[in-house]
Amino acid sequence: MNWSPLWISLSVAIPATMITFFLGIFIAKKVISANAPVSKLLDVIFTLPLVLPPTVVGFLLLILFGKNGLIGRFLYSVGIQIVFTRLAAIIAAIVVSFPLMYRSAKAAFEQQDGNLIQAGRTLGLTKIQIFWRIEMPLAAPGILSGTILTFARALGEFGATLMIAGNIPKITQTMPMAIYMNIQRGETKIASVWVLLMIMLSFFMILFLNFINIKKEEKGIHNITS
Amino acid sequence: MERFARKAIIFILLMMIIMLPTSLTGCEKEDNNKKEILIGAAASLNTIMEEVKLLYQEQYPDITVNFTFAGSGSLEQQIRQGAPVDLFISAAMKQMDNLIMDGYILADTMVELLENQIVLIVPTKSKFGISSFEDIIKAQVIAVGDPDIVPAGKYAFEIFASMDILDEVNTKANYANDVTEVLAWVSSGNADAGVVYSTDAALSKEVTQIAYAPEGSHNRIVYPAAVVKDAKEETARAFLEFLTTEKVQKIFTEYGFKTLP
Repeated sequence: MNWSPLWISLSVAIPATMITFFLGIFIAKKVISANAPVSKLLDVIFTLPLVLPPTVVGFLLLILFGKNGLIGRFLYSVGIQIVFTRLAAIIAAIVVSFPLMYRSAKAAFEQQDGNLIQAGRTLGLTKIQIFWRIEMPLAAPGILSGTILTFARALGEFGATLMIAGNIPKITQTMPMAIYMNIQRGETKIASVWVLLMIMLSFFMILFLNFINIKKEEKGIHNITS
Repeated sequence: MERFARKAIIFILLMMIIMLPTSLTGCEKEDNNKKEILIGAAASLNTIMEEVKLLYQEQYPDITVNFTFAGSGSLEQQIRQGAPVDLFISAAMKQMDNLIMDGYILADTMVELLENQIVLIVPTKSKFGISSFEDIIKAQVIAVGDPDIVPAGKYAFEIFASMDILDEVNTKANYANDVTEVLAWVSSGNADAGVVYSTDAALSKEVTQIAYAPEGSHNRIVYPAAVVKDAKEETARAFLEFLTTEKVQKIFTEYGFKTLP
């Protein structure tokens, strides 16, 4: 049995999740601090990939990164081709999972008690210190759930990836594509193996992320009580 | 908290450093001396093409052949947007014609590589004695694709109409969402007869193909293949040539396709 979809999926979903993690938090903070009409417009734009069908997202990305695309034409002129590579799969995964991370982070930051942040200011903490020591720990549960959603979405990505990265066995064929192809051929046993693997992977990722969160909470409590 | 954050960031950066290089392979434009081609083929051809690829690699071990399998519509769009496809094998003439019309294909390379046919199938253990399309009224349950959404279903109904048995068939017909469902019903014995493509019939040992649709009863289902413009022309032409050789044509017929004359 060809196990390459496993490796391909992981090497797409993990980097995509990490990049989306930082991107989502960063942009959420920027949107919150922007002025009213601008922030509302940005909010719509950043949530859009969630609303559009993945194939449509993939098609738009294809136009963007294709030979005549806004970004594509520059890349081709310097000899870089993104379409039908694993990087394209990562980009697709980032774009579709971004709204999930963005919205989770934004909601987590918006719900915070402003008094705590003010308290930090009066204690003389810098902006960065306030962010890492007050805002992030408070936002942790929301950001954690955002990360889980992001990873799950990136791992299960199919439509957009198919459009911009293609379904090339051993190169860009991810687990969802392997499942689809095997069901098409009637190889339901092989498809079931992949389905089980995906469930297990998601299960362990969620366990792992929850574990990190618990460790953080324990440390936090320790710091207060010591 | 800061110490943890620092550790977390270092861990994440390490993971990215590990993962990213493997993800970036394929970023540079292909070296035209390293013989490698990418064939955009209809999703339904994936098993056949994997077998053809093995045969090809035996003869030409230093040429790398990769396939991307997708719907013909998606492949058409990808080729239009400059995706690096060298050879296009479509499941229908429509997408090929579109691309030829707009100048994306080397029209002189096009061949009608495969042809699929509509066939009547029954469970191998069937006792109804169905030996032709007209006999289908002997069945109690007839599996057929929903004529509104499944092309094979539409063709089936056209055939029945031409035989004047449409009303009778309708009283016994079960509509399926796709041919895979029709095949599943017939092979499990839940339906006594069904109408599918000859390639579907070849997939299951539990069904027997009884008859082909009458000559001229539906539009030909042709799978054309052609070389894409501005692609690795020489290697693509050679591969297309390979697809027309006897050994490969035999594989195609094994899978239920009708091949080049």
